[in-house]
Amino acid sequence: MSRSLLRTVAIPLAAVVFGLLIGAVLILSQNASPTAAYSALVVGGLGDADSFLRTLQKATPLIFGGLAVAFAFKAGMFNIGGQGQLLVGAVFAAGVGFGIDGLPIFVHLPAALVAGALAGAVWGGIAGALKATTGAHEVIVTIMLNFVAGNLTDWLSANPWKDNSGNNIVARTPLVEDSATIPTMGAVPVGFILAIVVAVGCWFVLERTTYGFEVRSVGHNRNAAQYSGIKVGWIMASTMAVAGMLAGLGGAVESLGVDGRFEAGVNVGLGFEGITIALLARANPLGVIPAALLVGLMEAGASRMQFKAGVAPELIDVIQALILFFVAAPIIIRWVLRMRADNSEQLQLGAGWGKS
Amino acid sequence: MTARQKQLLYVGAALLVVMSWTFYAADGPQTTAVLAGTVRAATLLALGAMCGMIGERSGVVNIGIEGQFLLSAFAAFTIASMTGSLFLGTVAGIGMGLIMGWMLAAMAVGLKVDQIIAGTVLNIAALGLTSFFYDRSRSLGMGKYTNIDLGPLAEIPLVGTVFFSRPPLTYLTMVLLVVVHIALFRSVWGMRTRAIGEHPGAADTVGIDVLKLRYFNVTIAGGLAGLGGSYLALEAVGTFSRAMSGGRGFLALAVMIFGRRTPFGAYAAALFFGFTTALQNQFQLNNTFDIPPQFVGMLPFVVTIIVVALSGLIGSMRDPAALGQVYEKG
Amino acid sequence: MSEVLLAARNVTKQFPGVLANDDISAQLRPGRILALLGENGAGKSTLVNILFGMYRPDSGEVVIKDEIVDLHGPDDAISRGIGMVHQHFQLVPPMRVVENIVLGAEPSKRGLVDLAEARSRVVELSQRYGLEIDPDALVEDLPVGMQQRVEILKALYREADVLILDEPTGVLTPQEADHLLGVLRELTATGLGIVFITHKLREVLAIADDIVVLRNGRVVGETTPAETNESGLAEMMVGRSVVLRVEKSAAQPADVVLAVDELEVNDDRGHLAVDGLSFEVRAGEVLGIAGVEGNGQRELVEAVTGLRHPLSGTMRINGEEVTNGSARDISKKGVAHIPEDREKHGVISVYSLAENSVLNRYHRSPFSLRGVLRRDVIDRHAEDVVEEFDVRTPSIAVAASSLSGGNKQKLIVGREFSDDIKLLIAAQPTRGIDIGAIEFIHRRILEQRDKGAAVLLVSAELDEILGLSDRIAVLYDGKLMDVLDAQDADRERVGLLMAGITQ
Repeated sequence: MSRSLLRTVAIPLAAVVFGLLIGAVLILSQNASPTAAYSALVVGGLGDADSFLRTLQKATPLIFGGLAVAFAFKAGMFNIGGQGQLLVGAVFAAGVGFGIDGLPIFVHLPAALVAGALAGAVWGGIAGALKATTGAHEVIVTIMLNFVAGNLTDWLSANPWKDNSGNNIVARTPLVEDSATIPTMGAVPVGFILAIVVAVGCWFVLERTTYGFEVRSVGHNRNAAQYSGIKVGWIMASTMAVAGMLAGLGGAVESLGVDGRFEAGVNVGLGFEGITIALLARANPLGVIPAALLVGLMEAGASRMQFKAGVAPELIDVIQALILFFVAAPIIIRWVLRMRADNSEQLQLGAGWGKS
Repeated sequence: MTARQKQLLYVGAALLVVMSWTFYAADGPQTTAVLAGTVRAATLLALGAMCGMIGERSGVVNIGIEGQFLLSAFAAFTIASMTGSLFLGTVAGIGMGLIMGWMLAAMAVGLKVDQIIAGTVLNIAALGLTSFFYDRSRSLGMGKYTNIDLGPLAEIPLVGTVFFSRPPLTYLTMVLLVVVHIALFRSVWGMRTRAIGEHPGAADTVGIDVLKLRYFNVTIAGGLAGLGGSYLALEAVGTFSRAMSGGRGFLALAVMIFGRRTPFGAYAAALFFGFTTALQNQFQLNNTFDIPPQFVGMLPFVVTIIVVALSGLIGSMRDPAALGQVYEKG
Repeated sequence: MSEVLLAARNVTKQFPGVLANDDISAQLRPGRILALLGENGAGKSTLVNILFGMYRPDSGEVVIKDEIVDLHGPDDAISRGIGMVHQHFQLVPPMRVVENIVLGAEPSKRGLVDLAEARSRVVELSQRYGLEIDPDALVEDLPVGMQQRVEILKALYREADVLILDEPTGVLTPQEADHLLGVLRELTATGLGIVFITHKLREVLAIADDIVVLRNGRVVGETTPAETNESGLAEMMVGRSVVLRVEKSAAQPADVVLAVDELEVNDDRGHLAVDGLSFEVRAGEVLGIAGVEGNGQRELVEAVTGLRHPLSGTMRINGEEVTNGSARDISKKGVAHIPEDREKHGVISVYSLAENSVLNRYHRSPFSLRGVLRRDVIDRHAEDVVEEFDVRTPSIAVAASSLSGGNKQKLIVGREFSDDIKLLIAAQPTRGIDIGAIEFIHRRILEQRDKGAAVLLVSAELDEILGLSDRIAVLYDGKLMDVLDAQDADRERVGLLMAGITQ
């Protein structure tokens, strides 16, 4: 491993270690054994082919969720709306997935994925367009859109798109058709491969294309971007739409590949995990992949941890918050590890609710 | 505020009073219930908005109010249920709010973490911690705070029930609105606070310790959110449940913006938001309209989006100039 | 009364990579005016920040009123009677004059600000020193000259016996500057001492009792106005003899390139900043826009470069209307733009020199192909710019933030000049850079003129305007006061126009 790469990953790695250490203290406070808990966590996530598959399945929407945050970060925008974008993506993908039948898989599955992606793009695009035209801060708008999406998807799955089979009283859609279900290749879900391809695609767009140059320019210095002839408003709006599309794809993959349907309240929290993952990856699309795998592993192993070590699965949420804290405040880690400062590692967004 | 805006405000207020009385004359209990519900919902928003405005007036954005509400509500509920004392529970909630305020300050002011990210850390941590430590078997044996009638004031029809027959933390909030207003706009502290939010460099050159004052303000403001958490668990609901803050920490920010970062303005905005909530509850109870509850539930959030978008368009609502920026000396 | 009001003794201050102050000594006595003269980057600001307690010296001493002191912050300096008027005003714009003056030392009763008391003290103060001001005006509504007055009153309110002024005349007309010098002279009559920081030779000679010249962080000369003259000072300041006038040939004006007609533009606050301007710039000539900053120059430049939409009026470039064109539309017409604020508009500081060198052309062939950037072509272009425009850098891969101001500016000029230019818009092209870079950029601008470009030069430095322009337009309050031929223009005449006075 080269020295510069080592430096790049040192902070995120240390953040994970610190998060796990403090998590261990919490486990002890519940009179449980940290070693038992963590080994159960790892076995639950990597122990056999089934658990490995589960880790990959869990990681797949997380990659999309992380990309949704990381992509927007590059344009200097904070997309806290992954949750809502994911929900609308999930429900519309499921809608196309169960609502249409008789199509071959190579038409039906892409159509369902595209429906989810478009729904997410619209949801993210609203925040971006409002930011570009009125200056409304994307953070507040995307948070509000999360709640709106929660209500909207609740309603859709409880009313027009409700699963009326048997005695179902839960707000959920029927199962999607087989022709809209994401297949598995051996131990690897195809959705995961799609996620990897999309992550690499994001990296290429951002680092190698003129559009990516424009996005990064807007992110680093909006005034200079405007000066150089970049349409800043368009970049902000389109970046948020792309971010929303990525989250929407994550939701679609969740519906079509993991749950087989949309069920209200099932994937709560995914949007927030995207933030942790994006920051852990330092907003680098390629870094999102390992970061999402790590979080996916924890989620896949959480139930075994509860079962074997008696630790509540919510511990995972606490550890994620701790990791987020340490990546956001690298100064603590540097102080402990006696590392030199590196001015590229602090993410700054700046804030203001209206036009600045 | 321009003369025209003031005029509009007065006309609106007068219209509201006339309408309330008309409705009251037509259906007393229902109108009372809606307006009482309005004040109930507004209290939490007003506390959150005051927390937000003290931070923003000093240049620090706080989007962690949601998390501050939640963890404080949890602390207030747990301590109250353990000790059997609502008062001790309230104190614990405020204490937790102060701790979270201090943590936000430590990250955003001390460690120079991006303020939005720092607030997000609080939100995620609060959700995780409260879920992890949540104990279903707890309850408030003695029940929640009950209404206190303010003597003859409570006898006034409508107004009496709505404003002067309330539980204690609601009164406390109304007092705090006045206190925070005077402190922000009349006191030495307030003048310095506004200066560090607008031009920290200028404040620094006249010997004001910008970082210290920001630390102090964000911590104290956390206490207000902590009171909000106590209010939520011990006065409004009477129990704790997962994610019970339900986005109201974020709505409080919208209320703050709408109220131009002034306590009274924020309270007016909070009453407006509270009114939509209360109205929605009444509609649902009475099946007045056949609107699915999810759509009614969206309303405050959609309104917030519109408010934030308009505040950008109108442009007259100016952010403090140094809002969201890390301050480096020299 | 003290012998020495304020002094630095053998002060040294090191910043990463720069020795900002190297064994500097200077002293100020009561009733005297000490001028600190030096180029940008000579170490004046560092020294002053040390004297005002913002930085602590690595070694050496600060003396205030005959006493060696250890300053822990500006409040320490303020409490010892040091007052500072910063180059960038340290005022809170949406607050009132009186609030700004008393901030940090507010008269109060039980924790509440006693505004009535504050107001009466401010009024008393302004009458005593003849510095009239409306205490209830909002600072953001005041013209810069008045804002400077607020800064001076702020220091006097704190009972300063030393006033440090950092480049105080940069924002004033020549006449206003003279007036300020008069006010300062009167203040010294009460025993006040003044430290006056500037790079303008004329002012030093006009007002200083003692002169200390700094170069590269060292004291290179101590003198008095009686012992020296402008060229002597310039030579001390730069370290070699300097040609104070720019050499240039007569202009060969040809066709009209830029035609602006009845242009009206708003500023950020929605006030009319450019009020019905009409002018033309011809190929092969430099039209200089003179004026005190804040009289509509920024809005004019932004409108002409497509960064700001005009309210009304028309703009034409080579006969084609570009009034509502975007920045890119206008740049396509062969317009180069050196922006006034290089940090804000000119470079993206985290980007490499290579990326910065294509900021305005990354989307064009040969730098990209079907939406994909061609890194190798971009790198070669950057090497060329660095070579041709003498940008001092270890490599084109380093971030622009590592360059000095002068080198950043050369990078921007190099980028903008790498095409065939029809119209050059240069706003404050030499602000805050060293004399070597200034001379270089001036030569390059004239070179463009001689190659047939039309040049619109906007500068707050009257000397720059007088030195480079073929015609001079004076902007005041968003209106054109007059357009003069260079040979009819002198400092006096332009200065009066800058103040809005027509004879």
